Amino acid sequence: MSEATTDKGRRDFIVVATNTMMAVGAAAVVYPLIDQMNPAADTLALASIEVNIAGITEGQAITVKWRGKPVFIRHRTADEIQTAAAANMDDLRDPQVDGDRVQKPELLVIEGICTHLGCVPLGQKIGEVKGDYNGWFCPCHGSHYDTSGRIRKGPAPTNLGVPPYEFISDSVIKIG
Amino acid sequence: MQMQNFKNPVVNWIDHRLPVFSFMHHELNEYPTPKNLSYLWNLGSLAGFALVMMIATGIILAMHYTPHVDHAFASVERIMRDVNHGWLIRYIHMNGASFFFIVVYIHIFRGLYYGSYKAPRELLWILGVMILLLMMATAFMGYVLPWGQMSFWGATVITNLFSAIPFIGESIVVWLWGGFSVDNPTLSRFFALHYLMPFMIVGVVLLHIIALHRFGSNNPLGIDVSGKQDTIPFHPYYTSKDLFGLVVFLTIFASAVFFYPNFLGHPDNYIPANPLQTPAHIVPEWYFLPFYAILRAIPDKLGGVLFMFGAIAVLFVLPWLDKSPVRSGRFRPIFKVFFWLLFADCILLGYLGAKPAEGIYVVLSRLATAWYFFHFLLVLPVLSLIERTRPLPQSISAPIIGGMAMAGAAAKREKPDA
Repeated sequence: MSEATTDKGRRDFIVVATNTMMAVGAAAVVYPLIDQMNPAADTLALASIEVNIAGITEGQAITVKWRGKPVFIRHRTADEIQTAAAANMDDLRDPQVDGDRVQKPELLVIEGICTHLGCVPLGQKIGEVKGDYNGWFCPCHGSHYDTSGRIRKGPAPTNLGVPPYEFISDSVIKIG
Repeated sequence: MQMQNFKNPVVNWIDHRLPVFSFMHHELNEYPTPKNLSYLWNLGSLAGFALVMMIATGIILAMHYTPHVDHAFASVERIMRDVNHGWLIRYIHMNGASFFFIVVYIHIFRGLYYGSYKAPRELLWILGVMILLLMMATAFMGYVLPWGQMSFWGATVITNLFSAIPFIGESIVVWLWGGFSVDNPTLSRFFALHYLMPFMIVGVVLLHIIALHRFGSNNPLGIDVSGKQDTIPFHPYYTSKDLFGLVVFLTIFASAVFFYPNFLGHPDNYIPANPLQTPAHIVPEWYFLPFYAILRAIPDKLGGVLFMFGAIAVLFVLPWLDKSPVRSGRFRPIFKVFFWLLFADCILLGYLGAKPAEGIYVVLSRLATAWYFFHFLLVLPVLSLIERTRPLPQSISAPIIGGMAMAGAAAKREKPDA
């Protein structure tokens, strides 16, 4: 076949089609090799827990492990609820009404992971530093959280996260 | 090495200081390759592909595997059931080992038939035998990791081979085990070494390729390249030929992985290891069967071990056993017959290795073992003295285009490529 009779359009089509198929094939091979690092079925099966909250007295807080990290459950006092609800939105870095962060005002359920770089803030145990706003204080880089777990001071960008949870009964919640 | 001038200025800038691009161009692009290579010359690049595939899937499996006697079996089952696509990755790794050996064995028989071990490629061949030995060690230790019955008893039997060494054998075995039987210390060191050795293989493979590129590939005629008219650049001719071979290989391999993933394995290895009970019929993986047959053929513990290792050792000295100046079996009428007899003998040994060591199988194993060594130690040296070889063609081009007269025309036609 001489140069003159070569159909460049058909040739280009073959090249593009071949390369496309190769790309599709490569993607199909690479996908399982990457996806294997995502949580496995047995890990996902442990992704929700049930917690009995009947024993937590007012002013007391417990820490439970959910998905490998701490969840803070605090039975807040009337005073704490009051301060949390009264906070001025203009003072907040990540404005959020306290009522949006709780299902029942006395029970605050938040992830105990500082939103700065992932340390566990202090303030759960009696005697621990609770920070300037009487909530939690992260010792790593000095973030202060209030009694609703909202960031008030320090480097953390957002409030402590609220995990998905529901009341199964008055005394049991299911997290996750 | 000739420095190249690349169109891309960034590439040129880097290449001037770090000539990796010139190196790749020289070794993978313009690399002059005999133009008469058959598909049997695909096996080298296929083996390289298999090695990369095994390392990639192996590293992934190591992310999910637990090298502890209490957890190893369960962690493998977790890979099969819970890890995303874990079944696929493990089946690729498991069958990949078998296919790696299939490719390498064909590669070796190719070398045997076409005399690829002869001067000046002796070191190339010896490095290849070293790769085979490393592969065997790696495959053996990998097979122990799932900690099934075959893993455990395979490890027990193979490590006990070393107890045949006089005087110090028993101490060596205890040293290998890190205890008084195959147990947790054995498993964790096998895991560490199984992870290490593939990278040693990569190292020897690089040396293998450096040695290969010194004189270039042998070819089906077994004669030296006589000039530019006998070669074509590696790219695009052999890159595309290798890629086509790879597609064929992957088609067969994928059929095994998806439809017969356990065909080459033993069901007993899905029973957790039990140090108190040996399975009734224990056999190694298929790629060890010929050597296993040789081991059992000799009615003496030390003798069996020596002959088994001797079966590989004899390959190291092969370049000096076969002194015939003619490389390719095509021009050696008697050698050709013996080559196929050796091939059949190896298949027979493989078959016998899978059979129980009793009755006729023992007799046949001994005959086949004797033939194996007879071939290398007697047939090859004698043939190189007495065999009348057929006349060799004048050049690689000659048999294709009919005589030297045409060689000039071929060179002219290739000008545009140069």
